[in-house]
Amino acid sequence: METQLDALTLIDLIFLFVIAIFLGAELISKVPSTLHTPLMSGSNAISGITIVGAILATGLTPGSTFCTVLGTLAVAFATINVVGGYVVTDRMLGMFKSKQAAGGKK
Amino acid sequence: MSLNIFISITYIIASVLFIIGLKQLSSPLTAKRANLISALGMLLAIVATMLTKGLEFQWIFVGLAIGTVIGVFIALKVAMTGMPQMVALLNGSGGLASVLVGWASYHYQPASSLLTTISTYLAVLIGGITFTGSVVAWAKLQEVITGKPIKFVGQNIVNSLLLLALIGAGIIYCMNPAENYPLFIVILTVSLIFGVMSVIPIGGADMPVVISLLNSYSGMAGCATGFVLNNSMLIVAGALVGASGIILTQIMCKAMNRSLANVLFSGFGSVSTAKSTAIKGEVKSLKPEDAYLILEAARSVVFVPGYGLAVAQAQHVVRELAELLEKNGAEVKFAIHPVAGRMPGHMNILLAEANVPYEQLAEMDSINPTIETIDVAVVIGANDVVNPAARHDKASPIYGMPIINVDKAKTVFVLKRSMATGFAGVENELFYYDNTRMIFGDAKQTVQALVAEFKSSV
Repeated sequence: METQLDALTLIDLIFLFVIAIFLGAELISKVPSTLHTPLMSGSNAISGITIVGAILATGLTPGSTFCTVLGTLAVAFATINVVGGYVVTDRMLGMFKSKQAAGGKK
Repeated sequence: MSLNIFISITYIIASVLFIIGLKQLSSPLTAKRANLISALGMLLAIVATMLTKGLEFQWIFVGLAIGTVIGVFIALKVAMTGMPQMVALLNGSGGLASVLVGWASYHYQPASSLLTTISTYLAVLIGGITFTGSVVAWAKLQEVITGKPIKFVGQNIVNSLLLLALIGAGIIYCMNPAENYPLFIVILTVSLIFGVMSVIPIGGADMPVVISLLNSYSGMAGCATGFVLNNSMLIVAGALVGASGIILTQIMCKAMNRSLANVLFSGFGSVSTAKSTAIKGEVKSLKPEDAYLILEAARSVVFVPGYGLAVAQAQHVVRELAELLEKNGAEVKFAIHPVAGRMPGHMNILLAEANVPYEQLAEMDSINPTIETIDVAVVIGANDVVNPAARHDKASPIYGMPIINVDKAKTVFVLKRSMATGFAGVENELFYYDNTRMIFGDAKQTVQALVAEFKSSV
């Protein structure tokens, strides 16, 4: 299921990795501390991106029941991470209301 | 070929959506949309992956269905006070998925290139530590196990040996993966054990730092998977998460004035109680009826809430008091210390849940410069984060910790049950200051009494 890495591709991927770390640091440092809890749960949901690996591990390992079992479990747990993370973040962010909105509700 | 290009382009779009999602999280105005954008990115990533040629779908759908049902259920059920535990559980879930992916890909194809093997090893190692570490963090926060540091003689030696074993076994395994299946199982098992061992000596109050660090690990595990699969999107997403975890960890450590090493290895509370200068002065207490008269005359009021406020479930009644004060013509703010609550920003969520508009939520750095102009600062359930000793008493264990300078306000009310010390076990000289008035009793009842006074006078 995996593609073999050659040295040049690896260098490209490492380059991408380094740039992405800097981009991430830049973006996160702009998030106000008011939103740090949703930031944590939201970025946690993004880390559920392992789901891509889980899907491939489940669907591209024909003939091995053991791998299918592992893969299916992996998909399930990664999905919990993704779906749970986004739903809970949405719930939290839905609570932030501006003055007008909070006043208008009454 | 064209299908692969289509998938790759979709991956690029997904990465961009993740980045925009994080970028728009910079304001409460756009934050809700930001989360949806990020979720859309995830959906695209999943759909694109499903287009991969030769994929067998049935079990994938089973996994997706089970995960969605459980995920939605727990996310809708959790209370806002339980958010730190929730994040820990979700994080652990992601870590476990990473372990299983690594295991499945190795099981299917034991012999592969060195680079792929190293990436598999890292995915299993980091995923395993993240999984069990998060579960222990959850158990501590949920108080399933004791929140106190669990320590035993030679703990650091045992942990160092485990780590060495992981590295050593990893090197042997990576040299010849095809013939070292038992060793792979050993690595997997020891990773799981190491996750438990490295988190149990850390106190429950420090769990947010641990969760944020583990979140960063799970991002890195995602990157490792990206290298295994030669997938740029996984690397970008993993790196974004990794960076966010590291930065949040740093912010928390800074707000507590402790190094990360101190958090991870010292087991807070075992710090020797430093002798700080004896506090002189007299505690002046106040009845709610008299406090009302001062509040009634105040033109500006700042509330400084701590986790005690949430424990007393007093958010709603405090918001009511804030509204009455505003109606009375006072300017009201909530000053929130970066580590108030049980994770960064947690107090903001709890106040937002009680319908406090976000314009009133002020960060420590924005409130401190103008604190002298504040008529009344009301401290509820917070202690160490307002202790002036952090500014000047070098002998104090909390010396150097950034605090909210409520002592510089014209009047300070401290709502507190008794004179007991805070989490750090430090006496608070603020209670003895001339401009401080203690209002003893249950915080919720005190605030309710104040609300009643306001209502009866209208």
